[in-house]
Amino acid sequence: MSSNLTAPPVKVASALSLVAVSKTFRQVDGEILKNINLDVKSGEFVSIVGASGCGKSTLLSIICGLDKEYQGTSINTLPTTLMFQDSALLPWLSVLQNVELPMQLQGRPKTERTAIAKDLLERMDLRNVFEKRPHELSGGMRQRVAIARALAQESKVLLMDEPFGALDAITRDVLHDELSKVWSENNLTVIFVTHNVREAVRLGQRVILMGSRPGTFIKEWGVEMPEPRRIDTAEVADMAREITDELRKEIRRHG
Amino acid sequence: MNYEKKFAAMDEISSLNSGLDALESVPVKADRNIFRTNIYRFFPLLSAIIIIAIWQIVATFSHIPSYKLPTPLEVFETLKREWKQGALWSAIFTSVVRGAVGFFFAIALATPIGLLLGLNRNLRLLFRPILVGLQQLPSVAWVPAAVIWFGLSPVTIYAVIMLGAVPSIANGLIAGIDQIPPIVLKVADVMHASQWQRIRHFILPSAWVGYLAGLEQGWAFAWRSLMAAELIAVSPSLGIGVGQLLDIGRNLGDMSLVVGSIIVIMVIGITIEKLLFGPIRKRAYVNRGLAI
Repeated sequence: MSSNLTAPPVKVASALSLVAVSKTFRQVDGEILKNINLDVKSGEFVSIVGASGCGKSTLLSIICGLDKEYQGTSINTLPTTLMFQDSALLPWLSVLQNVELPMQLQGRPKTERTAIAKDLLERMDLRNVFEKRPHELSGGMRQRVAIARALAQESKVLLMDEPFGALDAITRDVLHDELSKVWSENNLTVIFVTHNVREAVRLGQRVILMGSRPGTFIKEWGVEMPEPRRIDTAEVADMAREITDELRKEIRRHG
Repeated sequence: MNYEKKFAAMDEISSLNSGLDALESVPVKADRNIFRTNIYRFFPLLSAIIIIAIWQIVATFSHIPSYKLPTPLEVFETLKREWKQGALWSAIFTSVVRGAVGFFFAIALATPIGLLLGLNRNLRLLFRPILVGLQQLPSVAWVPAAVIWFGLSPVTIYAVIMLGAVPSIANGLIAGIDQIPPIVLKVADVMHASQWQRIRHFILPSAWVGYLAGLEQGWAFAWRSLMAAELIAVSPSLGIGVGQLLDIGRNLGDMSLVVGSIIVIMVIGITIEKLLFGPIRKRAYVNRGLAI
């Protein structure tokens, strides 16, 4: 980050920052994460791409506060939610109850949380499935419910760990549009982790490439394309090609 | 930002979503053949009829005397007689209430035990072997000890029921906890659930299928233990349950009453399974997508 001392002190609030974060597992040789520095501004959408074994999931756990065994500093004062590749909806609850659950745990009254949950589901185009069980929905619908549930937690920061990895290509493209919409409407800060370079470019304002073993930040690209974007445009493809070349360089290094 | 363009895009997402959702959902057509959908309900009844028929044939054509093998009709007449005198109903009522009360206490004791052993590795290593050992032991074995400790009192009967049911219920809950998918607990962490909320909203519902299996087995053990206790611990100070009715039949040499009591014991067991556990189990399975 460059700082300009003469510039007026107009600072965009930092949503979260990592300073020199490293992590070593006792069971595994070597470091999982090494010297990670990250500063994410409030309302920013950051994509992180990397091959297997780059410690992306570990990084999200640290930011979320689930993993407390690491070196360095992780500052994240905003309420944060983590979304997984599996929608992780609770199978014994209806769709509506799943979305209500975070509010129920916060002790909000029943009528209020039901109204909010219905509203969130309607905004995700899920009008007729309130009483359905998760197993009755398609993968794409389940992930939309999971997004509604994440919004119900009223988090400002949304961490996503390959949330669309298990979906078919058509559904995934629609969910990209949906996520962009949710992000801008709710003024969220998003960190989106994926294997899919095009997806990273399609969604992020910044794309960070991670190297594996140990997990480090290799390079960063700014994506300056206006929304609504599409994954199949030449601009996205060009940038994705450049990032993929770097990614392959990193992968070959391990061969 | 071009708002018109943005709203047009949002509208497009909505219609795309509804199209995809419609394609993904498979319309299920109900089987309209009432005969075909209902015939299976009568299969259990059919097996009962077959057994009674064989019994009738053997009792009629073999030369086993009636005081050793009464016919189904004789047993039926005996049960009718006992029913009219009020003895049968009172015995059923006594036993079922005893069983229910004992089972209730067993649940109250077994659930915290199962939770503690399910969630704490050290406690489990220490105490699980005892639980497994208790489960191997027929609870009838406790009757003499219980009679010496508690006398011929209801406490004896409840103690025997609990010794029969508690290990099964606790073991079922432990098995259920072992089968909780790790992601469920991660969700609890992400939602910052307190320890109690974690148990109430994540662990217990996720372990429910295993716990329920433990409860069913626990009830079967409770009911068996109760019958054994009633057969052995006979005293005027204890009311007459179905087990004691069976013992009365034995003392009177009334084989019809003995066989009749056995049938009543089985029928009560089946009824509770069908009316209580069956529907609960079905609901749990259907809710979780484990059965249609």
